Amino acid sequence: MIPAAFEYRRAGSVDEAIELLGSDPDSKLLAGGHSLIPLLRLRFARPSLLVDVGRLEDLRYVREDGDRIAIGALTRHADLAADPLLTDRCAPLAQAAGLVGDPQVRHRGTIGGSVAHGDPASDLPTILLSLDADLVARGPGGERTIPAGEFFSGMFETALEPQDVLTEIRVPPATGTYLKFVRRAQDWATVGVAAARLDGRVQVGLTSMGATPLRARGVEEALAGGASPAEAAERAAEGTAPPSDVSGSAEYRAHLARVLVRRALEAL
Amino acid sequence: MTQVAITVNGERREAEVEPRQLLVYFLRNQLGLTGTNVGCDTSSCGACTVLVDGESVKSCTVFAVQADGAEVTTIEGLAENGELHPVQQAFHEQHALQCGYCTPGFVMAAVSLLRENPSPSEEQIRHGLEGNLCRCTGYHNIVKAVQAAAEAGA
Repeated sequence: MIPAAFEYRRAGSVDEAIELLGSDPDSKLLAGGHSLIPLLRLRFARPSLLVDVGRLEDLRYVREDGDRIAIGALTRHADLAADPLLTDRCAPLAQAAGLVGDPQVRHRGTIGGSVAHGDPASDLPTILLSLDADLVARGPGGERTIPAGEFFSGMFETALEPQDVLTEIRVPPATGTYLKFVRRAQDWATVGVAAARLDGRVQVGLTSMGATPLRARGVEEALAGGASPAEAAERAAEGTAPPSDVSGSAEYRAHLARVLVRRALEAL
Repeated sequence: MTQVAITVNGERREAEVEPRQLLVYFLRNQLGLTGTNVGCDTSSCGACTVLVDGESVKSCTVFAVQADGAEVTTIEGLAENGELHPVQQAFHEQHALQCGYCTPGFVMAAVSLLRENPSPSEEQIRHGLEGNLCRCTGYHNIVKAVQAAAEAGA
């Protein structure tokens, strides 16, 4: 299908992108395009202006920044998966990036685009939530830092304002794993589970178990109280509202969450 | 309309495109390079896979304006001096196709995979081709072909 017509402008800097976004209330940012272009083709989205930030090379990096690792928003999934610093210091994020979509998608899709899209079935938001990542956004009023726990506000909804550009993601050093259950290769996660160990505590995130990525608070509480992985995993679906769709019923997803959380915790 | 300059199979091509023009339709309709197929048109099947700056992408999910300034390689650009590319040769010898519709996409995905990992294991090949679907269920020989191409030093 062919997308509806739109005006196209290429931003030469973040500031220019912010300005262009302000010039049209019906504008959207284009980075790798692997969340947006499918929506445009299906005409679920019909912006009148696309502001292309895909060439802002200074937003493509992974580097140490004090006690955190800073990732430029335009870093592609393939780059994250292969990054030596990330693999060494925050392996679960590199591992999850290597499970997004398929190789072609990972060559184009960016971490910033994936996060800003706010799809509850996508993998990186869940791992960022479990890591207590910080998301840095710049808008007309300057820069601000949004904790991942406050960023995902609803299905395809985030704390970003219409003129905001997500510029950086900051994660702490962590170990852990991301497990994704799919019916077929390259499917969206029927359920995904992130388990991260940071500062001596374990935090667990869930994909496709509600309108946003969720923390499995019951599991975390049980672990903090000394429960075994198998005992803690029994609480994986507490407080969730999983959808029923072609990939599985809500009941099936709750079952998958318990199984995957147990496996993820046992792998820690 | 937006002016783009894209190097396709080594040849610089300048054209005016609508911003909504997808790369696959630019290649097929504007340049007449119909070797790249449109399959699902929903970023799933990989039939439209081409290389952009040496890496596999689904050209139904890239706008031509995003490829402005890039080097694009399509299935037509693989053979050199009448000699099939080693991956093409391996697909031929290993009978890695039935109807052939998915084949250009699989070949381009395999070329990209072998550039990133010249000696992949069978499991790495299967994961590396997850972005491509074959409806004749020909995966077994496709995997064999990629193994053969790797051994031939593709």
